[in-house]
Amino acid sequence: MTAEILRFALGYAQIALILALALACWRMLIGPRAQDRVLGLDTMYINAMLLFLVIGMSNGNVFFFEGALVIAVLGFVTTVCAAKFLMRGEVIE
Amino acid sequence: MMHLEQLPPWAAIIIALFVVIGATLTLLGGVGLVRLKSFYQRLHAPTLGYSYGTLPIILASMLMFSLTEQRLVVHELMIGMFILITTPITLLMLGRAALRRDRDRKLGHDEIVPPRNRPEPPTEEPAKDA
Repeated sequence: MTAEILRFALGYAQIALILALALACWRMLIGPRAQDRVLGLDTMYINAMLLFLVIGMSNGNVFFFEGALVIAVLGFVTTVCAAKFLMRGEVIE
Repeated sequence: MMHLEQLPPWAAIIIALFVVIGATLTLLGGVGLVRLKSFYQRLHAPTLGYSYGTLPIILASMLMFSLTEQRLVVHELMIGMFILITTPITLLMLGRAALRRDRDRKLGHDEIVPPRNRPEPPTEEPAKDA
């Protein structure tokens, strides 16, 4: 019984996170300006990280955690570089 | 999926509740990201996923792996601390970049942004007594 509850909850969480990923991707595609696209990309990174954590919980595999951590770090660096490029016109000055 | 059967019922219910809450709040953040009108409103929507989505999911993951592996697993706290530190930095930089781009006349406005040097509001009308 408890396994069914957990399976249902983890399946629902995966579907909800994939939907959130699709909505962020839609915002990244339609814009309308560059900062909206960067915000959509950052949201996609965070949602993918949460999706990795939930997939790791549903598989019982601890090693999805490293993937989630790498995605979080890359998302931070990507968004900071993109915001700096939007603000200054160049990344490293 | 054998690891799901060996959890006690109270832990299963708590984990399921946390995962459902985190995923639902992240989905609400995504809906807000699509539906809101202005960029400065949209900047607030996905923070729902950043903070309230990350915290329940990492708590559920910590509880689940601590019970299935029979030891204390707290390395998800690294992700939590990292998100806690980096989210204000990214969103602050993105907001400042957007503000600077909107104040730049050459790029053209489509948002309503107050100018940097706002003139003093006229103060010649006296206060009316009702």
